[in-house]
Amino acid sequence: MDRRDFLKLTGVGLGGLMLPMMHGRVIAAEALLEKLDPATKKRLADVALNGAKSGGATYCDVRIGRYLRQFVVTREDKVQNVVNTESTGIGIRVIANGTWGFAATSQLDADGVAAAVKQALTIAKANSRLQSAPVELAPVKGVGEVSWATPIVKNAMAVPIKDKVDLLLGVNAAAIGAGASFVNSILFLVNEQKYFASSDGSYIDQDIHRIWAPIQVTAVDQKSGKFRTRAGLSSPRGMGFEYLDANSADKVELPGGAVVYRDSYDMKADAIAAAKQAKEKLAAPSVKPGKYDLVLDPSHLWLTIHESVGHPLELDRVLGYEANYAGTSFATLDKWKEKFQYGSDKVTIFADKTQPGSLGAVGYDDEGVRTQKWDLIKDGKLVNYQVIRDQAHILGLKESQGCCYADSWSSVQFQRMANVSLAPGKGELAPEAMIKDVENGIYIIGDGSFSIDQQRYNAQFGGQLFYEIKDGKVTRPIEDVAYQMRTPEFWNSCVAVCDDSDYRFGGSFFDGKGQPGQVSAVSHGSSTARFNGANVINTARSLG
Amino acid sequence: MSIYSEEQAKAILDKVIKLSKADQCSATLSGSEGGNVRYALNSVSTSGHVSDANLAVEVAFGKKSGTATINQFDEASLEAVVRRAEELARLAPENPEFVPAIGKQAYKASSTFNGKTAAITPAYRAQVAADCIEPSRKDKLVAAGFFSDSHDFIALANSKGNFGYQKSASMDFTCTVRTEDGKGSGWVARNLGDVSKFDAKSEIRTAIQKAKGSVDAKALEPGKYTVIMEPAATAGLISFMMFGFDARQADEGRSFLSKKGGGNKLGEKLFDERVNIYADPWDENAAVLPWDQEGLAREKTPIITKGRIEYLQYSRYWAGKQGRKAVGQPGNLIMVGGDKSTMDLVKSTKKGILVTRTWYIRMVDPQTVLLTGLTRDGTFYVENGEIRYPIKNFRFNESPAIMLNNIEEIGKPVRVGDDESPFVMMIPPMKIRDFTFTSLSDAV
Repeated sequence: MDRRDFLKLTGVGLGGLMLPMMHGRVIAAEALLEKLDPATKKRLADVALNGAKSGGATYCDVRIGRYLRQFVVTREDKVQNVVNTESTGIGIRVIANGTWGFAATSQLDADGVAAAVKQALTIAKANSRLQSAPVELAPVKGVGEVSWATPIVKNAMAVPIKDKVDLLLGVNAAAIGAGASFVNSILFLVNEQKYFASSDGSYIDQDIHRIWAPIQVTAVDQKSGKFRTRAGLSSPRGMGFEYLDANSADKVELPGGAVVYRDSYDMKADAIAAAKQAKEKLAAPSVKPGKYDLVLDPSHLWLTIHESVGHPLELDRVLGYEANYAGTSFATLDKWKEKFQYGSDKVTIFADKTQPGSLGAVGYDDEGVRTQKWDLIKDGKLVNYQVIRDQAHILGLKESQGCCYADSWSSVQFQRMANVSLAPGKGELAPEAMIKDVENGIYIIGDGSFSIDQQRYNAQFGGQLFYEIKDGKVTRPIEDVAYQMRTPEFWNSCVAVCDDSDYRFGGSFFDGKGQPGQVSAVSHGSSTARFNGANVINTARSLG
Repeated sequence: MSIYSEEQAKAILDKVIKLSKADQCSATLSGSEGGNVRYALNSVSTSGHVSDANLAVEVAFGKKSGTATINQFDEASLEAVVRRAEELARLAPENPEFVPAIGKQAYKASSTFNGKTAAITPAYRAQVAADCIEPSRKDKLVAAGFFSDSHDFIALANSKGNFGYQKSASMDFTCTVRTEDGKGSGWVARNLGDVSKFDAKSEIRTAIQKAKGSVDAKALEPGKYTVIMEPAATAGLISFMMFGFDARQADEGRSFLSKKGGGNKLGEKLFDERVNIYADPWDENAAVLPWDQEGLAREKTPIITKGRIEYLQYSRYWAGKQGRKAVGQPGNLIMVGGDKSTMDLVKSTKKGILVTRTWYIRMVDPQTVLLTGLTRDGTFYVENGEIRYPIKNFRFNESPAIMLNNIEEIGKPVRVGDDESPFVMMIPPMKIRDFTFTSLSDAV
């Protein structure tokens, strides 16, 4: 979903409320629990694999997908929208004449699949005339018939709508009770039932679940004409409805009093805090621009990692395949060869598509590669990228790292970001102790405004909560803060990372890439980290 | 084929309305045939074709509504989709902000359809790619681009007797050309309803020229500069500003158009008096459907006239509550300009910066519509009416509400497509003083 669709869905855009038709057809809630029979999927997959082989393909993969989503959208005491969507179909990718071809159909029978295979072969053969070098696929050993599922406790799709509506309206009432002028709360639930089969001999059935529960609380001071918002401090997760159980053990009280969450979110408590903090923001003093040491909470730092490390280390961007839209990358292959000093020696950043509870966790990627963990930046040095099967040879790798993903059965799979995370510091260090050493700093919690250039050099980030740090103490909330950074200088200014007891996830539900655009969901873990001498600007303006 | 004739569409919709036992029923049938070609590194990377049709049925019992959709249109499927919508409506919580279906509207057709655009073939798309790749390769440059076209229809009907049907077609083209060493980058874009006005061979020259001309950019200090913004450079900022035009948000005190003490700024002069923006579904260069997402008939609507706010968007619920008439929400934004081209504006500039496009625009502060983003793919220093040399890209932090008060000169509007905007736009090149660049970017 791009920003435009998100704004329409949540009713904050010009278009008002609109059904998210881009996700497929609308279905009844109980249909969200239905599954396609694996034997039927295998039979259809074999029709495609055999058809591709006899049509001259040297490789074929088949993805039969059922993509289910549920959205519950509320504001104050009103339910604005409840939508269940389903999209089911088959996507077939072939290599013929050394060239990729792809076709997809929602007609899930032998005739429909055979026609799609034929179309994919035709496209591959037609495009092969323009191909400069044949596709080179890193080998994958077939795994036979296997399955994988997100380890959820409660299937969110099985929770009655009434319970969800009651939860959200309760959250809203709590925020209003705590002084909010307005509150929006939403549930986004995703279940991807994906079946992958390939001519390598794999038949992989996966059941993937994700959940996101964003809130936005607004405080308005009509007298002064000022308004401020505070968004929720939760994260989208690869979990079931248990994420909303509000276990007290997963609450973390930060220096200065803000509360954030590990693996269980207390939506109501966060809404109450948000209402109080939004009002506090109305009166908070404006930041004095200049150089500050930044202490960045994981609820904020995930987005900086995403934009300034995750994206520039996607190999397709580095090579130029995204030049016309998302852009290229400053982290070119020559920098990789010379082990470019991307960050300080405190900075180790890894990719990992196996972390439990993360958005990117799957058993196998969308070309049947078993997922794994690997370093991108080791002790500050650039050591690797994120690749898929037809890119592995460029780095001299013998196998893909498993970064292939398509957002629908009808989209062609391509390289997408793995969960990319900052490794915790090795020595014992908690945020309190980190802040003790900071003379003149700003503590930033939650993600806010974000923007970065097309080669991922120059970025600007806001946040949700900003606290002044003076002489080792969190003193008071401040406002109008954004920091501007140049990626290598920023990561080289990292002087400390807290230990693993502080490690938490943030993430994006709707990371966009490609033309036509596709979205993917990705998590970024980190512990609180300190960056010295950042350039902070004041974002307050007067319209007269 | 997913494109139905008016008769076919009406027959399906009539059946749906008749099948419904709810208090009211609205249905929308739409279909689309879309094709695209994508290329990078001077080679076609992907190409595709998507054909899709969909029927959405919304019914209501009292203040409870339900929606269901389907892509099969036989009798049994139509019955099933209506029953499913009714079942969802019965289960739905009552919506206190429910508004009844719209009454019969008078739609005046707009020229959204173009037969030539609707007839674009895979061979045509491949030729567009070739027309960009070949001259780029000859010049030792690297092209990456995307061409997409679509041919659509939409038909709507409801139990109050409303009916509308219209076809549309459009194309969108973008291409980035870079030097092999990555030191220069140029860009060109065209968004059109009529493909016969499109000539890839001619368009690509702009991107090639900018790629070559932007090599070895010099760094200027960030600060406030006079800028000549090509139409694509301001379209994103103006479109972003429109999110603040929602009447309810303004009345609730959470928009830059909220008034201190309560109420909104409708009728107030907030911009330079040369700023005139209106919506017109029948504009021959930027035609859009004559109805909005709810089926309300669109009108020619002044949005900003001589710098004064003439329009806020009232949803039907909010209009009812505020005692106002709800009109169809704009589908296009047309900014009035003069006759000058971008290069004419350059010629009249003593010192300034020419900006090809802006990128990754995000809201920093909705209170003032402060936006941040960057220049990209062709930023040049201008002196004494001439482009002197390429300069490094800048990050800006600027509010369109301030920018539209700092206008020096306005040129001739052109149609601009923006993938983050819901509008078809006609935006002129503009010369603007005191545009705020806050940092340099090394990105090319």
